[in-house]
Amino acid sequence: MSGGFAFQVGALARRSVLRTLRQPAMVIPSLFFPLLLLSINAGGLDSATELPGFPTDSYLQFALAIAFVQGALFSANSAGTNVSNDVETGFLNRLALTPLRRLALLMGQLAGIMALGLLQAVTFLVVGLVAGAGIEAGVTGAVVIVVLSLVISLAFGSIGAFVALRTGSGEAVQGIFPLLFAALFLSSMALPRNLIETAWFREVATYNPVSYMLEAIRSLVIFGWDGEALALGFACAGGVALIAILAASSALRTRMVRT
Amino acid sequence: MREAAIEATDLVREFKKGPRAVDGIDLRVDPGEVYGFLGPNGAGKSTTVHMLTTLLPPTSGVARVAGHDVVKEGSEVRAAIGAALQEAALDPFLTGSEHMRLQTAMHGMRGDEGRRRGEELLARVGLTQAADRKIRAYSGGMKRRLDLALALVHDPRILFLDEPTTGLDPQSRSALWDEVQRLATESGVTVFLTTQYLEEADVLADRIGIIDHGKIVAEGTPEALKAEVGRPSVEVIPAEFVDLERARAVLSRFGEQANSSPKGAAVRLSGGEGRLAEVVRALDAENISLQHLQLHAPTLNDVFLEKTGRSLEGAAEEEPDEAEDQPKEAVAA
Repeated sequence: MSGGFAFQVGALARRSVLRTLRQPAMVIPSLFFPLLLLSINAGGLDSATELPGFPTDSYLQFALAIAFVQGALFSANSAGTNVSNDVETGFLNRLALTPLRRLALLMGQLAGIMALGLLQAVTFLVVGLVAGAGIEAGVTGAVVIVVLSLVISLAFGSIGAFVALRTGSGEAVQGIFPLLFAALFLSSMALPRNLIETAWFREVATYNPVSYMLEAIRSLVIFGWDGEALALGFACAGGVALIAILAASSALRTRMVRT
Repeated sequence: MREAAIEATDLVREFKKGPRAVDGIDLRVDPGEVYGFLGPNGAGKSTTVHMLTTLLPPTSGVARVAGHDVVKEGSEVRAAIGAALQEAALDPFLTGSEHMRLQTAMHGMRGDEGRRRGEELLARVGLTQAADRKIRAYSGGMKRRLDLALALVHDPRILFLDEPTTGLDPQSRSALWDEVQRLATESGVTVFLTTQYLEEADVLADRIGIIDHGKIVAEGTPEALKAEVGRPSVEVIPAEFVDLERARAVLSRFGEQANSSPKGAAVRLSGGEGRLAEVVRALDAENISLQHLQLHAPTLNDVFLEKTGRSLEGAAEEEPDEAEDQPKEAVAA
């Protein structure tokens, strides 16, 4: 008797979603801290909008994109913690003894992260609108923001899953969290790249894919439809997701040993 | 000869930077048999189970389970076996019925079929009332029973139980023993059971293999193994302490000295328990009054002591924790 691939993915996705949403300690910080940073930035850095060439006169409008990417960073932690728990408790061995296909396991695990990503994106969008930010690209633009946020969550979640599968350790997953945050801070998070005066910082931000994820969301919020920004944003998020999923699949092959 | 349910020949597992965890074991378990694999922590029990359940490739040797090679026909082996491994691997955030639903889905049981099977197994292990509670609220015994139920989802012919009662209270242990016995006698399931508890092996197993330092040092029915080391011991405590040396001298005519309480003397009876009457007569002839006389039948611990030179109860503390080392090494393998 062998479960169909989609059926297996569905069952594992259900478990992953239930498991994720039943951990308030995982869900609440991923909603609270991005909103906290958003309120601090919007209140404290508003004078940055007076810089010549700053694209908008509302820093809230500019900073809203950060919440989506910061929220997605929590996905790495959530996915990694869930996967490392499965390794450490032997749950992975239980699954290995069933006719489960490895890719179904990975996809199922990441489904919980996508569910959390959806909850985050909708929350940030609603809070942003209530606080006074407008979405220049309209309702369709808002939907695209949610979709891009999910791809970014998938990318960072897959990185967390890769680290967990490679090391089998929850501590190692916690260890990468600051590194991912550094990637956020070394991007065009606080200022547009053309307004970053320090050359090395501007250079790092230019090569940092997180900048393009932020700029794609920001373009929909501030400018409306910018094909190039969206293409770069989706390409960077999708590229990181693809590489991380391939790495996680390879790590799963080593981790989930069975003859 | 019937095809064996489990058969291994010269099975070896080496880990990097470590000794051979399993060092050339041969074993044969017949269909319907309950085979107890007894040994201290670190003896190689779990490593053997991981190889037989296809979770760890052997370094060398051959093993066949349900007629299939564990290396070349892993999927066929997995379809025929159920396993409850050392730690009850459950998700604390899911309920019992959600675990059943996931496990039945992994085995391709959809909708009503999966739900019915889940309910049936939860009822079988007495967890119907707790089915909708999250695992965090389960006791150790309940977790083990759920673990067993999950292993039975696809109606396996062979069941591997890796230290299923470790850490359980006597009542939970007894309940699990009943269930294992029921599986073997009523459903004809072959059970391969690892344990470090002598009583468990004695109560449950039709045959026992004793493993130490990766090698099987003795194998047979509990009765045969005990008969092999075989002689019972008799212990006496004289009514008057001053008679102790005389009692010891009398006993020494019947066999070599054995361990006794500080106030008593004991010997291992060289002619077996049939000589007990002679012992009593000899003591009476010497006018030694007794406060206490006891015949000790040989135990599996005596067998372990005889075969390894150590007591099983003490041996566990001398060994590294196999379960802790294994996952990292398995990945490296």
